[in-house]
Amino acid sequence: MAIFLTEDSKVIVQGMTGSEGQKHTTRMLASGTNVVGGVNPRKAGTSVTFGDVDVPVFGSVAEAIAATGADVSVIFVPPAHTKGAVVEAVDAGIPLAVIITEGVPVADTAEFFSYAQEKGVRLIGPNCPGLISPGKSNVGIIPADITGPGKVGLVSKSGTLTYQMMYELRDFGFSTAIGIGGDPIIGTTHIDALAAFEADPETEVIVMIGEIGGDAEERAAAYIAEHVTKPVVGYVAGFTAPEGKTMGHAGAIVSGSSGTAQAKKEALEAAGVKVGKTPSETARLARELLGA
Amino acid sequence: MDLFEYQARDIFEKHGVPVLGGIVATTPQEARAAAEQLLPPEGGVVVVKAQVKTGGRGKAGGVKLARSADEAAATAGEILGMDIKGHTVHRVMVAAGAKIAQEFYFSLLLDRAERRYLAMASVEGGVEIEQLAVERPEALAKVAVDPRTGIDQATADEIVAAAGFAPEIAGQVADVLQKLWRVYDEEDATLVEVNPLVLTEDGQVVALDGKVTLDANADFRHPDHAALEDAAAADPLEARAKEKDLNYVKLDGEVGIIGNGAGLVMSTLDVVAYAGEAHGGVRPANFLDIGGGASAEVMAAGLDIILTDPQVKSVFVNVFGGITACDAVANGIVAALQILGDEASKPLVVRLDGNNVVEGRRILAEAGHPLVTLADTMDGGADTAARLAHAAA
Repeated sequence: MAIFLTEDSKVIVQGMTGSEGQKHTTRMLASGTNVVGGVNPRKAGTSVTFGDVDVPVFGSVAEAIAATGADVSVIFVPPAHTKGAVVEAVDAGIPLAVIITEGVPVADTAEFFSYAQEKGVRLIGPNCPGLISPGKSNVGIIPADITGPGKVGLVSKSGTLTYQMMYELRDFGFSTAIGIGGDPIIGTTHIDALAAFEADPETEVIVMIGEIGGDAEERAAAYIAEHVTKPVVGYVAGFTAPEGKTMGHAGAIVSGSSGTAQAKKEALEAAGVKVGKTPSETARLARELLGA
Repeated sequence: MDLFEYQARDIFEKHGVPVLGGIVATTPQEARAAAEQLLPPEGGVVVVKAQVKTGGRGKAGGVKLARSADEAAATAGEILGMDIKGHTVHRVMVAAGAKIAQEFYFSLLLDRAERRYLAMASVEGGVEIEQLAVERPEALAKVAVDPRTGIDQATADEIVAAAGFAPEIAGQVADVLQKLWRVYDEEDATLVEVNPLVLTEDGQVVALDGKVTLDANADFRHPDHAALEDAAAADPLEARAKEKDLNYVKLDGEVGIIGNGAGLVMSTLDVVAYAGEAHGGVRPANFLDIGGGASAEVMAAGLDIILTDPQVKSVFVNVFGGITACDAVANGIVAALQILGDEASKPLVVRLDGNNVVEGRRILAEAGHPLVTLADTMDGGADTAARLAHAAA
């Protein structure tokens, strides 16, 4: 098992013919992902060759699903076209859309999230690295060679901190590592991932990485206290961030006294989560729980 | 980006939200001319309002009435240059006076938790809204707004009813709320706040003060928004970084930071601050995320900005190669040091891990630049950088 993404997942790539899409499709295929098609209305009927694999290009997500039975779409299209791409995927009835694109206007995300929610489609992102169930499938831009399958479940707002934590715990391996993105509005939340890891028999320890801005970590803490029986280790980035400054991620901003790292850490600790001061200390706490 | 009140007023006017006359002035002479234009011939008042992006300017003496153009000029002279909570007043808005019968509150903002928008309204305006929300939450109506329908007639009516606006002005308020939705929607705002929204003695509903935050991610469809930026207020290093498309935030410590990925860079700042506790309390000097590319040019531009900061005593480069290959980063550092030549004068601690790390470390070791120290771990690199900064301070 794993969450959201398994060895049976059939993946299409919206934006596969662009430079980012090609680069990452190559990497996804190399890590064993079952990429069954790409979408580009102007190149329908052609195919793109990646090594010894020919991946067909379809004119629409609906055509790609009809021809391949795809159940995951990963989206690499530029910000101005992201909303259209997500709406198309939702209309075609894809169960899971993973939006890698950074810089999507928040109004667009609010609109396509509302639409996806109404249609029962899970979104991950935008502005995220995607997710990997090592040894099974890899959707997005997470490097597949950091570590293999194992019993740690990881959910993080940040891409590079996801990689760092996978590296720190590489000897244990991961059931699934998921980067949910650093935008103010995101499709899949910490809580969604926590619920899925709680239900996943393969996952034994959950690592949750948060950062300044909003109150997602506080809400996750309340959820953990009520619903999560598996041990959770936490990390929050941004203790030194000044008030009122956006730190790289559009959602990473302390407003007045809300959204601080300290408040998030305290909320998580109150819910019984062990919170590390640094990524390495967080990994050490996870190691103790994993019995090493 | 947060707007000044006068910019919010102009945007309100553009979308048909009722506002009073208001003219921005940067000198007493301009304030005089503005007052001459705004004062009614039969006599009246104008309000001279400090333009700062912070609350509490009324209490700080930044909002004053004037009964003549001369008085407006004199008042502007007093307010210009004033310091309000660390913000220097560079401009005032001279606004037409209003006879206020009642004050209300309205805001529309992102609800990150529910992933939609939230409208808040109260008929008890003119107060600190945070205080009202805590002390008398029942007086602050909160109505969810669907991003796909926005504030249409039905939602506007719902907000008006929930807040308890009097029946005789309900229609007028609902109309204003729909126009404020147009501001939010068409300008790609993430916050539109009106405090106070007022009813004048002659029965008009008017937005008397406005706060607007715009979404920088939507700048590509609003070329006019660039002109709203307050270039003068930006930190000079931040302004230079922005010209070079670098994601840089100036802080006030001694250890310059370069990393890839917003989360890792934030984490690096924290780890350096902890390490600094053992080294004279040195702190991170900046946030700089060089993102995925990390070419020699980007690295050189980033190093150039950081090394120009006179407070910086050492630099910590912390990269985890995901898509970014460590050999490219290493080549970037070597090339950047060549480009910078004698400009590069401060010790550089480099920690590389991930994609192609062995080759990356080899390149740096072989180059053997006297300023560069390689670190094996993030914690170790932070400690070395903090120690070097303390030693040089």
